[in-house]
Amino acid sequence: MSVTTADTHHDDHHHHAPTGLKRWLFSTNHKDIGTLYLWFSFAMLLVGGLMALVIRAELMYPGMQVVDPEFFNQMTTVHGLVMVFGAIMPATVGLANWMIPLMIGAPDMALPRMNNWSFWILPFAFGILIAAVLMSAFGEGNPSAPNFGWTFYAPLSTKYGPASTDFFILSVHMMGISSIMGAINVIVTVFNLRAPGMTLMKMPLFVWTWLITAFLLVAVMPVLAGAVTMMLTDRNFGTTFFDAAGGGDPVMFQHIFWFFGHPEVYIMILPAFGIVSSIIPTFSRKPLFGYASMVYATASIALLSFVVWAHHMFTVGMPLAGTLFFMYMTMLISVPTGVKVFNWVATMWRGSLTFELPMKWSLAFVILFTCGGLSGLMLAITPVDFQYHDTYFVVAHFHYVLVSGALFTLFAAAYYWLPKWSGVMPSKLLGELHFWNSLLSVNLLFFPMHFVGLAGMPRRYADYALQFADYNWWISIGGFWFGLSQIFFLAVAVRCAMKKGEPAPANPWDAPEEDLEWTVPSPAPFHTFDTPPVVK
Amino acid sequence: MASAAEKPYYYVPEGSPWPLSGSVGLCLLMVGIANTLHYPVGEVVDKLPDGTEVLRQFGEHWGHLSVLAGALWLVATLFFWWRDTIKESIAGLHEGKLAGSYRQGMLWFIFSEVMFFAALFGALFYTRWLIVPWLGGEGNNAMTHEVLWPNFQAMWPLVTNPDGSSTAIMGAWGLPAINTALLLTSSITLTIAHHALIAGERGKLILFQGATIVLGMIFLSLQALEYVHAYDMGLTFDSGIYGSLFFMMTGFHGIHVTLGTIMLLVCFLRILKGHFSADNHFVYEASAWYWHFVDVVWLFLFVVVYWM
Repeated sequence: MSVTTADTHHDDHHHHAPTGLKRWLFSTNHKDIGTLYLWFSFAMLLVGGLMALVIRAELMYPGMQVVDPEFFNQMTTVHGLVMVFGAIMPATVGLANWMIPLMIGAPDMALPRMNNWSFWILPFAFGILIAAVLMSAFGEGNPSAPNFGWTFYAPLSTKYGPASTDFFILSVHMMGISSIMGAINVIVTVFNLRAPGMTLMKMPLFVWTWLITAFLLVAVMPVLAGAVTMMLTDRNFGTTFFDAAGGGDPVMFQHIFWFFGHPEVYIMILPAFGIVSSIIPTFSRKPLFGYASMVYATASIALLSFVVWAHHMFTVGMPLAGTLFFMYMTMLISVPTGVKVFNWVATMWRGSLTFELPMKWSLAFVILFTCGGLSGLMLAITPVDFQYHDTYFVVAHFHYVLVSGALFTLFAAAYYWLPKWSGVMPSKLLGELHFWNSLLSVNLLFFPMHFVGLAGMPRRYADYALQFADYNWWISIGGFWFGLSQIFFLAVAVRCAMKKGEPAPANPWDAPEEDLEWTVPSPAPFHTFDTPPVVK
Repeated sequence: MASAAEKPYYYVPEGSPWPLSGSVGLCLLMVGIANTLHYPVGEVVDKLPDGTEVLRQFGEHWGHLSVLAGALWLVATLFFWWRDTIKESIAGLHEGKLAGSYRQGMLWFIFSEVMFFAALFGALFYTRWLIVPWLGGEGNNAMTHEVLWPNFQAMWPLVTNPDGSSTAIMGAWGLPAINTALLLTSSITLTIAHHALIAGERGKLILFQGATIVLGMIFLSLQALEYVHAYDMGLTFDSGIYGSLFFMMTGFHGIHVTLGTIMLLVCFLRILKGHFSADNHFVYEASAWYWHFVDVVWLFLFVVVYWM
């Protein structure tokens, strides 16, 4: 596959790049909107991180010392919501915005104005959610922010939810609108705007994984909208969807929520799979092993994700047949996931490996994500889950797949593509400090959680029994260390944004020449591929 | 506007204020709705010494104004946004690949709507096939039944709730059957109008487009009438799970019919202005898809909510 790039980036554009505030507020440019998404998600990572530090400060010692239990509950709730909907998801959408048009040779996203709307809904939606936390912390009478856990189970969120729950519901509606529009944009861009010759099975895997992610988003975000709408009417109009006295069932909320929630897990991790599938071949100097099997594995994971939701609810009292079905389906997911891990390892097998920063993060991902996947397999086994359910073992599991999984690949992506975005190489020194500090601290933070969890420490409590004290002290040290390590990344990103650093060539990593994003100059011009390249 | 000679490979619009403006409108609307739920108009806020109740008036909480301002802001934003789009369409920028983007975008939007209704249908089936039998003691739930509500009888539609409150059933063969006929007819008239548009038969197009809109409006009026009957009979939104599901599902369907009718109405006005041609009428097609979608949803509603 070779690429004709002549005539792809001519300089005499009819319209010049807009400047000033208007450039960002009114943007229709996929690169600018991608940048907005990425900065927003990083800001949310820091906000959600601060909340995690409040949690860890409280749990550092047994007994109550920093916050009261009521505020602790609000922290666990909003930390989860901000990280899932504000940090990880928008970051992957930002990457999709920046990279998909560059990777498939498209002039922009298919629906550029709607693209900007998808972004600009988010600051308002999170403004509403975070305002609730600020009012709880500093407002008159400290009205409670959402305090029912990020899964907002009924009746905690319906009958017993604080007044802010209604604001939370409507902000979730806004996030949903944003996600659906963003996902439609990705699907249409991929189906409609691929350069001539860019067949589906030639697309970079990041595009494939995002296409499938977008399908999941369009399929399940409306289901979440349905769930929160039923919550809203249960709270305000006397309906009884989640109230057994009127013939409803709180467990029905869990079913509907997890029908959204489990595909949501893959919405956060599939783009991560795509990122490492781009990075590992580059630094192994070998094509990706088993490209087609990667595509089919991704699709299988997505399809299976629709029929595993109730593994989050094994202890709720489902009929045995249902429990068994969901157990086996869940264990089946480890097959396509195993295919992926095998393919990444096989790609590196006998490759000429080098260990630049993107590769370091990707390798850490492969190892630590596999670790999180294995604890997931343990949790999938119903009788075992009866012991693990709602303990710190679960917290350890999903932080291994989301922090050392999804978040690590987001950093890998940032170090890999920052030269293309900014035109300068990210600082090696700061990057190494960021990586090694994060790698060591993340394991100190999350690995002992397995032990306290297996020993029976429940999640979401502001206090714990004395025998968990030592581990929790170390976990908190890991938490603060990990949190502070992210300041290195802030420095890396700000330096790149200020164009400080070694100028980057068009293809700084010697990436395979069929990867279209490296055929345009660094930084990528404001408009790329106004006329499509021809992919052979 | 670009002339045909310099038409780009793919038209990427210049920066636009409408997306940001739409977000502001949406935020005002959402914050307003939440505040209005907490400070509803008409709630008793005080009792005078002589016993008369003082009700909260519209505008006594800023949330009421926020709803109004947000809704108007959003509508105005969409008006100006789509005005830009229509200008681009008339300038011929929507041909080729961009037309494909709009078509695919609309289809995936309708798919997302299908999934929204799927959540509500899922709730209906889960209630009917699992919750109600379990509350009645089926499976291993005999003790649940015995301890919680021993007098509860599992049945569908659920007329008497576990807590003893009761509701009424909406039969299928009165207004709902008439409404089914109306919506099915409207899909046919719309298709006739669409064929007339393609064939360039303007008179026929206007006639059948108008007929479709009238049918949609009659449907909505009958639906409103049915709601009045339901409330008279005791079938209300807060009368247990049957009422919850009934009004949630038919209500959201009604909102979608309203949106569809507005879309068809806008198309009607644009037909009168001569905006559409046989090969450039995407928005007309999209509205038609949307209309058929609400029609199909209604058929499912008719079968599982009213009939079975």
